[in-house]
Amino acid sequence: MKKGSRIEGLGSGRKPGIGSGSSAAGSRPQTLDPRPSSSLSRAQLLDLYYWMRLTRTLEERLVALYRQTKVVGGLFRSLGQEADAVGSAFALERRDILSPLIRNLGAMLVKGATPVEILRQYMAKGDSPTRGRELNIHFGDTDRGFIGQISPLGDMVPVMAGVTLSFKMRGEDRVGLVYVGDGATSTGAFHEGFNFAAVQCCPLVVIVENNGYAYSTPIAKQTAAKQFVDKAIGYGVPGVQADGNDVLAVYDATKPAVDRARAGGGVTLIELMTYRRKGHAEHDNQSYVPPGEIERWERENDPLTRYVARLTGELGFGESDIAGVDQRVRAEVDAATETAEASPTPAALDALIGIYADPPAEQPLWFREGVRSAVDTHERAQGWGTFDTKPASGGD
Amino acid sequence: MGEITYLEAIREALFEEMERDRDVFCIGEDIGAYGGAFKVTEGLLAKYGEQRVIDSPISEIAIVGAAAGAAHMGMRPVVEMQFIDFLANAYDMLTNYVATARYRAFLPCPMVVRGPSGGYVRGGPFHSQNPEAGFVHTPGLKVVYPATAEDAKGLMKAAIRDDDCVLFFEHKYLYRRIKAEMPSGDHVVPIGKARVAREGRDVSVITYAATVWKALEAAEQVEKEDGLSVEVIDLRSLAPLDDEAIQRTVRKTSRVLIVHEDTRTGGLAGEITARINESSFAWLDAPVLRVTAHDVPLPYAPALEDFVLPQVADIVRAVRALAAY
Repeated sequence: MKKGSRIEGLGSGRKPGIGSGSSAAGSRPQTLDPRPSSSLSRAQLLDLYYWMRLTRTLEERLVALYRQTKVVGGLFRSLGQEADAVGSAFALERRDILSPLIRNLGAMLVKGATPVEILRQYMAKGDSPTRGRELNIHFGDTDRGFIGQISPLGDMVPVMAGVTLSFKMRGEDRVGLVYVGDGATSTGAFHEGFNFAAVQCCPLVVIVENNGYAYSTPIAKQTAAKQFVDKAIGYGVPGVQADGNDVLAVYDATKPAVDRARAGGGVTLIELMTYRRKGHAEHDNQSYVPPGEIERWERENDPLTRYVARLTGELGFGESDIAGVDQRVRAEVDAATETAEASPTPAALDALIGIYADPPAEQPLWFREGVRSAVDTHERAQGWGTFDTKPASGGD
Repeated sequence: MGEITYLEAIREALFEEMERDRDVFCIGEDIGAYGGAFKVTEGLLAKYGEQRVIDSPISEIAIVGAAAGAAHMGMRPVVEMQFIDFLANAYDMLTNYVATARYRAFLPCPMVVRGPSGGYVRGGPFHSQNPEAGFVHTPGLKVVYPATAEDAKGLMKAAIRDDDCVLFFEHKYLYRRIKAEMPSGDHVVPIGKARVAREGRDVSVITYAATVWKALEAAEQVEKEDGLSVEVIDLRSLAPLDDEAIQRTVRKTSRVLIVHEDTRTGGLAGEITARINESSFAWLDAPVLRVTAHDVPLPYAPALEDFVLPQVADIVRAVRALAAY
């Protein structure tokens, strides 16, 4: 699969159509749509659908592999949240860096992560991006512009504050974007990182994906705030709330925040309203969800269904355009699955490599070297007791 | 060049490294305009400006995390913990994020986290700790704890140049109490190498940081009073440990005392004892002994602190016991 070719849509340099009111004196009031998404090309509009469909199809493939016990660990879905990941990442330039969370597979794909990498990660393959060291979508590539998350929530906010601090210190024209869920907003790391980035005026966009639940905990037990976007006031930064299941609305909320960060305006908090239709992970039976809630979101507010209606309606795409994307996605996921399944498992000794730059590897312990016991190979003093001569080196 | 203190030696290393490498920057609480709680960073702001000497909010998680993020992008941050006790506030960021970054994500984390450590200063429970053991236990972190001014400078320069995260413990009791003339030129002390602080034949004392000086004092005393020849090993680097230096002294004297200011249970002395047991059991003429702090939070009152922490007399008693075994 050609890496990069599918992300040409990113950063095509088109200026968003800024509203008429702020234009230079004497200019005529214009009827331009003020939304940045109105400047997206037709290819880009279809790209948005491609990334969302790829996310969903890839995850559906992962479910199949999970049921075949080919996925080694847990499986985390972003079903129903594809628009918020894709629409926000689409607002970044290639040189920008984002840090995804567990339900931002779509953002990683937009940034250049490939289906085969995702599949290899889940199947713990030796040629996966982390060589079998980390799970699921916990991986990154600073060259392509994404940094892998870790499991303790909120930690990526300080880290991305530092990444963007380095942009500022070096005068680089780059922006960072970090995703957190509603649950992570309760962590100390979120607060400290956010406050630090705001004080330092880092070029950082913080997206709070409000999907209703943190594992089983509903937002009412997470915060007394009416809405997460209110937290922006406390940090002295602008806050924006948008419909996270409308990919163009997500883009329209994110793009100005990215532009603002790039222009030196500092941090913006964006709350994207969405809904987690699957459990925390595949094992979670969602017994804590009120009856009918999931079905209602599926029926009335599916981001792909909504966008397809938009594309084939007011945006004037044909059914064949949609079918073409679907077909391409299926072919790509099929090919990636075949490749990933053929990938080798990691060599056990690779577990000891690269904890530090120096030393480059740890040594296997004696009981992994076929020795009967430590005492068998134990060096013996030549005589029992004190002696002053230097013994032969080695031992252990 | 005259003698400078342990504290000035650290400061000199910071100036030299910031001068040498534009990617080096300092970040911490009150380190800029105020120059740091102990004035280690005094003068840096005037010379290098706010971009490279950053006064941070009181946010240990944020400054350690931000340092990691900047380090991923090629910077070389030096983070000050106002007191090393506050490493606990950043424990998750250091152990879960920083320590694993290279291994799990191939992300370099060349950063230093430094700060005033240790007791004997009537600092009470939160300004006296020696929390090194938890970090020595964490794969992916390096830990150094110098005892001399020369090593303070040379190890700081090595730590800043290291491609991984180095926790740099500075003993605040030593800050202004010891002085030395700095070796000329670019003085870098390699991480992972112990130092023989005193040659001896009869008993080895393996230690680090402030208790190196207590061990030296005890060695003088038992030499005068008992005619015992005590070797003192200053580990300097706790992760990685210098196994060769430990083996060398164990096999030389066959009687070993390990001394540290940290509490006893789960402290470094237990680990060193286990290594000696595995590598040099047959060379031992006596059980390995430990002189450490008692397993209590460090109290404030002099009578209490002095009782809890290891003293010269304790080391003297242990050395005599080993020699007589």
